Amino acid sequence: MSAEPAAVSLIVSSSPHAHSGASVRRIMLDVIIALVPALAVGLYLFGWNALRLVVVCVSACVLIEALCRKAMGRDPGVGDLSAVVTGVLLAFNLPPALPGWMAVIGCVFAIAVAKQIFGGLGYNPFNPALVGRAMLLVSFPVHMTTWAVPARLASVLEPARTAVDAVTMATPLGWAKTSLSAGNALPLALDSVATAWEFFAGFKPGCIGETSGLALLIGAAYLLYRRCIGWQTPVFFVGAVAVFAAILWRVDPARNLHPVFHVLTGGVMIGAFFMATDMVTSPVTRAGMAVFGAGCGVITMLIRAWGGYPEGVSFAILLMNAVTPLINKATRPRVFGHGRRK
Amino acid sequence: MSASKPKLSPNVGVHPAYHKEATSAKPIEVMPLPPLLRVSMSQHLGKPALPVVKKGDTVLRGQVIGEAAGFVSAAVHAPTSGAVKDVAEAPTAGGIMALAVDIAPDGRDAWAPAVEENRRKRADLLARLRDDPAAARKEVVAAVADAGIAGMGGAGFPTHVKLSPPPDKPIETLIINGAECEPYLTADDRLMVERAAEIWQGALIIQAALGAKRVRVAVENNKPRAAAAMGAAVADSAGDCAVVMLETMYPQGAEKQQILAILGREVPSGGLPMDVGVVVENVGTALAVRDAVVNGRPLTERVTTVTGPCVAEPKNVLARLGTLYSDLVAFCGGFARPPCKIVSGGPMMGLAQSGLDVSTAKTTSGLVALPRELVGAFVSMPCISCGRCVEACPSGLMPCELSQMLEAEDYEAAAGCNVADCIECGCCAYVCPARRPLVQHMRRGKAWVAAQRRKP
Repeated sequence: MSAEPAAVSLIVSSSPHAHSGASVRRIMLDVIIALVPALAVGLYLFGWNALRLVVVCVSACVLIEALCRKAMGRDPGVGDLSAVVTGVLLAFNLPPALPGWMAVIGCVFAIAVAKQIFGGLGYNPFNPALVGRAMLLVSFPVHMTTWAVPARLASVLEPARTAVDAVTMATPLGWAKTSLSAGNALPLALDSVATAWEFFAGFKPGCIGETSGLALLIGAAYLLYRRCIGWQTPVFFVGAVAVFAAILWRVDPARNLHPVFHVLTGGVMIGAFFMATDMVTSPVTRAGMAVFGAGCGVITMLIRAWGGYPEGVSFAILLMNAVTPLINKATRPRVFGHGRRK
Repeated sequence: MSASKPKLSPNVGVHPAYHKEATSAKPIEVMPLPPLLRVSMSQHLGKPALPVVKKGDTVLRGQVIGEAAGFVSAAVHAPTSGAVKDVAEAPTAGGIMALAVDIAPDGRDAWAPAVEENRRKRADLLARLRDDPAAARKEVVAAVADAGIAGMGGAGFPTHVKLSPPPDKPIETLIINGAECEPYLTADDRLMVERAAEIWQGALIIQAALGAKRVRVAVENNKPRAAAAMGAAVADSAGDCAVVMLETMYPQGAEKQQILAILGREVPSGGLPMDVGVVVENVGTALAVRDAVVNGRPLTERVTTVTGPCVAEPKNVLARLGTLYSDLVAFCGGFARPPCKIVSGGPMMGLAQSGLDVSTAKTTSGLVALPRELVGAFVSMPCISCGRCVEACPSGLMPCELSQMLEAEDYEAAAGCNVADCIECGCCAYVCPARRPLVQHMRRGKAWVAAQRRKP
């Protein structure tokens, strides 16, 4: 063998010449893998309707992404799988009975407006899936708050099935809000361990992917293991919701849900572990992640307690997305050799 | 040897794949003289040496062929005896051109008489250093300067400069750096295993020259044999001397990170280790100092790890300075597979080469030949703000943010965010899932800051 690599062209580039092997595609794939348990619960609870929306959203997001990129004269860009993640997450945040064409409008808004107009992956200031959901919520408020009754239902909600409607019903949060704003007492006393467990497992109405805290936690554990999310965001998010709700509950248990149910109902679990942890739109520092999570939790509770909507997770995260650059600036790490230490 | 927990700098780094097993058990092999030595005048940080020989001259080993061009410079010596074939510009590993002296060895490898004179002159230097250190210190520094020694860990800072701290910066601790945190490289590891006693003698000479109270030998805990050898060498010494185990983590060999890990002291931004009373010297440098003081010999050779998946027989090679990379590779059996990238130094901070027509210098710790699958072509993507670079940066910077500022050519903003504190260790780019050329961006930013500082 010759020592002269005459025929070989050598690559000359800046150091480092080693790489961890991490890739954007692998991170997105990990998020998709982590969403599988929640998807399974969604399919089990809501049947083919859930599958339909997931398929519609994923295909629409990927297609729209490819079309946008083509229109801008860029590479297709769908290989990074980020459009798949957006599609799954948007579907997870929709009621299972939503008409497909509405979901497609949400996808167009999420990908074309919230993501590609800003320059594509990495440049979008707001979480695309949540922008899509927020747009659908203000455009189609009735459809977005009409919930199919899952095949199995938490025991505490059983009476509501017959009392309200046979086919659809409100989410626990919605039910509570409606009742309270009509001047009535809390319609459901959520205080038994059995009910909490059923809620945690997912036997309650809600969006396709948000009902089972258990399934979401399994996925989140995988993401933590793969170091795709920092623990600070979800812990401070859920923690802030729990503390805020506990204070309200202590002050007036007759008009406020138990903190455990605030954490287990609505979008807190999926929001804290999968939406607020979106890398692009959340802070890069660990301290920033904590601030971001806590902010999301507080705003969620402000909306739930005093806002017009029964649920506030989406808007809370979007509002915190807006201040992410400021949080990054405020939580820059101390640079080596500057300040304190001697 | 200290049995305490391995030390770790609180500012984190990364765990690259180390690949040291290819050469870590292989004894250092002495390479026979090649047909040509191309000895560069620019083997150190600072001004290149000025050649003092011309084509047609005959030289002896250890004879000065390049004189130091000022204080922050280093002399260059003939690595063997032979005939000067040419004095001309040649490429260096750093990618610039510098004058080099081509020497055709005559095979006798005869030392210059000055070497023997120096040995005799310095025969009692060790004793005098013990009895009257203040007077003998200057002689040690002069001997080190005469020997043309420059930091052999890779930076190549002239050692006599480090050994001459200003009077207002007393040196309390000397750290002998055997961390060797770069993947693939095992030159320092083998040096410690095979020549621990000599390295330690060099360390004691440097300690005496600096008047330092403490000596610490820093070894990462993935080199147990080196740590044991150094521990045995240190054991007989009186005074505050110890081997310190460092947890294996890149870049614990970076001197500022190492000082923080061992002493808990942080070198101020823009400052030097001497600002916190510390001097850090590489194990190879300590050995070179010993050789200069005890044997009167200038620096004419060093150990280089020639390795990587493309090299047929990876080795730790003791080669003369000026050995062409092509000869080094041939001595290691040539390439078993075509390399895609050849790195001078380690893969984290080393310099990619465009060919093998470069020769070894005082700083050449390794030559790593990487195949296509470990180099590969990649497209860098926009930052997805994952924050992994922020977590990995041992300097506490936010490389993601800095790289975006620098991409937008907003140099003022990057300077304001302390881009000048980047040590170019490469941790950020190593972990970046978007494969952004972060270190390249930082270098541009640092160059801008340096240019601003030079402005009147």
